[in-house]
Amino acid sequence: MKVMAQMAMVMNLDKCIGCHTCSVTCKQAWTNRTGVEYVWFNNVETRPGVGYPRGYEDQEKWGGGWVRNKRGRLKLRSGGRFTKLAHIFSNPRLPEIQDYYEPWTYEYDTLLSAPQGEHTPVARPMSLLTGKAMQIHWSANWDDNLGGSMETMQDDPVLKQMSESVTAELEQAFMFYLPRICEHCLNPSCVASCPSGAMYKRAEDGIVLVDQDQCRGWRMCVSGCPYKKVYFNHKTGKAEKCTMCYPRLEVGLPTVCSETCVGRLRYLGLVLYDADRVLEAASVEDPAELLAAQRSVLLDPHDPEVIAGAEREGIPRDWIDAAQRSPIWSLISTYEVALPLHPEYRTMPMVWYIPPLSPVVDVVTGSGNDGEDARTLFAAIDRLRIPVEYLAGLFTAGETAPVTAVLQRLAAMRAHMRNVNLGTEQDPRIAASVGMTAAQIEGMYRLLAIAKYEDRYVIPAAHAESAAALEETATGCSLDVDGGPGMGGGGRFGSSSGRPVRAAVETFHALRNRQTADKAAGPSQPTRVNLLNWDGNGAPPGLFPPEPGHDGYGDGPEAGA
Amino acid sequence: MTTRDILLWVVLPYVAGAVFVVGHLWRYRYDRFGWTTRSSQVYESRLLRAGSPMFHIGILMVIGGHVVGLLIPRTWLEAVGVTEHAYHLVATWAGTIAAVLTLAGLAILVYRRRTVGPVFLATTRMDKLMYVVLGATLAFGTAATVMFQVLGDAYDYRGSVSPWVRGLLTFQPDPALMADVPVAFQLHILCALALFGLWPFTRLVHVFSAPLGYVTRPYIVYRTRDDDRLGNRAPRRGWERVERPGAPR
Repeated sequence: MKVMAQMAMVMNLDKCIGCHTCSVTCKQAWTNRTGVEYVWFNNVETRPGVGYPRGYEDQEKWGGGWVRNKRGRLKLRSGGRFTKLAHIFSNPRLPEIQDYYEPWTYEYDTLLSAPQGEHTPVARPMSLLTGKAMQIHWSANWDDNLGGSMETMQDDPVLKQMSESVTAELEQAFMFYLPRICEHCLNPSCVASCPSGAMYKRAEDGIVLVDQDQCRGWRMCVSGCPYKKVYFNHKTGKAEKCTMCYPRLEVGLPTVCSETCVGRLRYLGLVLYDADRVLEAASVEDPAELLAAQRSVLLDPHDPEVIAGAEREGIPRDWIDAAQRSPIWSLISTYEVALPLHPEYRTMPMVWYIPPLSPVVDVVTGSGNDGEDARTLFAAIDRLRIPVEYLAGLFTAGETAPVTAVLQRLAAMRAHMRNVNLGTEQDPRIAASVGMTAAQIEGMYRLLAIAKYEDRYVIPAAHAESAAALEETATGCSLDVDGGPGMGGGGRFGSSSGRPVRAAVETFHALRNRQTADKAAGPSQPTRVNLLNWDGNGAPPGLFPPEPGHDGYGDGPEAGA
Repeated sequence: MTTRDILLWVVLPYVAGAVFVVGHLWRYRYDRFGWTTRSSQVYESRLLRAGSPMFHIGILMVIGGHVVGLLIPRTWLEAVGVTEHAYHLVATWAGTIAAVLTLAGLAILVYRRRTVGPVFLATTRMDKLMYVVLGATLAFGTAATVMFQVLGDAYDYRGSVSPWVRGLLTFQPDPALMADVPVAFQLHILCALALFGLWPFTRLVHVFSAPLGYVTRPYIVYRTRDDDRLGNRAPRRGWERVERPGAPR
């Protein structure tokens, strides 16, 4: 047994309202640069729908993830090492930007510079790829909500796998949101696809990163990832991906997408797993058993043997404590309500989902029945075959039993907590029918519905002695763009060359101190103030010209004239 | 032997070679982040799919042919039974196929670069200069081959150009060998020298990143803290960690 720690996430889909706050804040933090205009490390898809990039789940087309060959060994779906090298001059599985969407801006200048005329000037969309005026045909959330869902729903690869044509029924009954980030898999096929060895899994916390200094732009990771969560920066020619906001995690803060989630549906925490058993679990023959296999790789952090194993591997004591308090472990293994996204890709994804009960509740209440009655809900879960099958296509490789079990637990929680809140007589059969006790159900309720900040995010800070080692070169400063306020600007070979600026723990604390200090930060000498760096805190010296009689009056640029 | 000969066939090759070697070392130290293929496949796939493998396979054949023709002495090949006639036959045929592949591939790629909007916009001035020099080198090389090897009566470059190259590499340059070489070959060589001088400053550096290690490395890469390192890469010279006696690490 080799115990390793993994930072993992669970999302409670019942609470997602599809507001895209996570996507927007993530984009502001990480991908608001040239070259990654089309990139959303975090995106929210309306399901059923085609997703982003369009139809990414169709692995016959994109060739992502692993397959089990006849000898029971895993191989990359798009081919092994020699196939990869043979395709290095032109990757046949690489999505084009058009499969995501063509990024654009608007010709805002015409709003100001247009001559006076009969018509109001308009800002035309201009392509960021060609610089020419363009027609917008698609974007990151073109099929959001019902905006085209019916037009494109047939192209949903998960729906296509379900036997009959079911779209008409879905239209009536069923729609939910699926927020997605990088899965930080235990058996990442992107890492395995990288010819340069530039992608790696951090041994300390399992975060999958791209070494920007070592990436050579062979772009095999983009096609290797079945979730299409590695992106090609077309300006720098390097791969970029979700970093799980490692600079924030290292100081004990949740990721930007979690912190800003309006529905408070994201959970972050550590899980311990047995690294020696990952490959074996990913190679089980029947895809339906992958969920159970993946659950079995995770180790019980309360087991003394596991604790001893973790200590042998040098996992610090407070990390073990955090793993014991981890909401992820509770949701996956104690309450068994979280499911991995597409376990059939055999990458052992580590962002799990609690499937939504709301479509069922909506149908029940819509038909005038009691949406909080356990028996009614159980009957509806059994009857509503299509939503359950669809969820199974997403989370359990098509097995409906685990999805039904989760939905029943959520339904039982609903019914049980109504009795508690109304002060009516408790019905112990409700909890027993889903194999839980009343106390367990109430514990699950606290975690899922009350969802206190400190319960949702149990993040041990990186140790000071390892912080420097964790400090990573994967990403430059997001302000460091053409003409941006960041340091350096362009290197000698264009805007993307030269050494990237490190995101450091020290920088983080320095910035926070500056932002929360009472006094304005700035030099003590009268000087000019760079307004782009001004944090809005007080009036630093030099913001206004010195007054007569004060230091520096008359020292301006015209002083010598 | 004139001054011109010495400048062209001794000084220039060594200058180009020095720029090539030092330039790569400098670029690798200074600009590892910019060291990439700068692939434009995400913009356009269809033309690339035709042109890029053609060009790259062709150019690899060309490089292989140059290694055999320039670096391996005739006597060595004859010792293993490769006669002049056999060599000429293989070199001409394989060389022609390689040239056709390379030039056709390059034509497709340049056409794509000019006509596909996003690809054209992503083309730097350095790229354009590199395409001119690379294209000229290939064109003169092909012209020389066609003129002398295919249509003509087989110019014996293994008696002049090859020893000259080997002389340069062993630091015993002999410019006299190049004096009577046909102009087409001379132009081809001069263009190639210019290309070598440009090489470290263009995207051609990706040639030296051919990921051959991928064949043997384990699929999943883990990186962990190395006690001797502060970050993921080794400390640069002059920035090593200072140890205080008795201080905790």
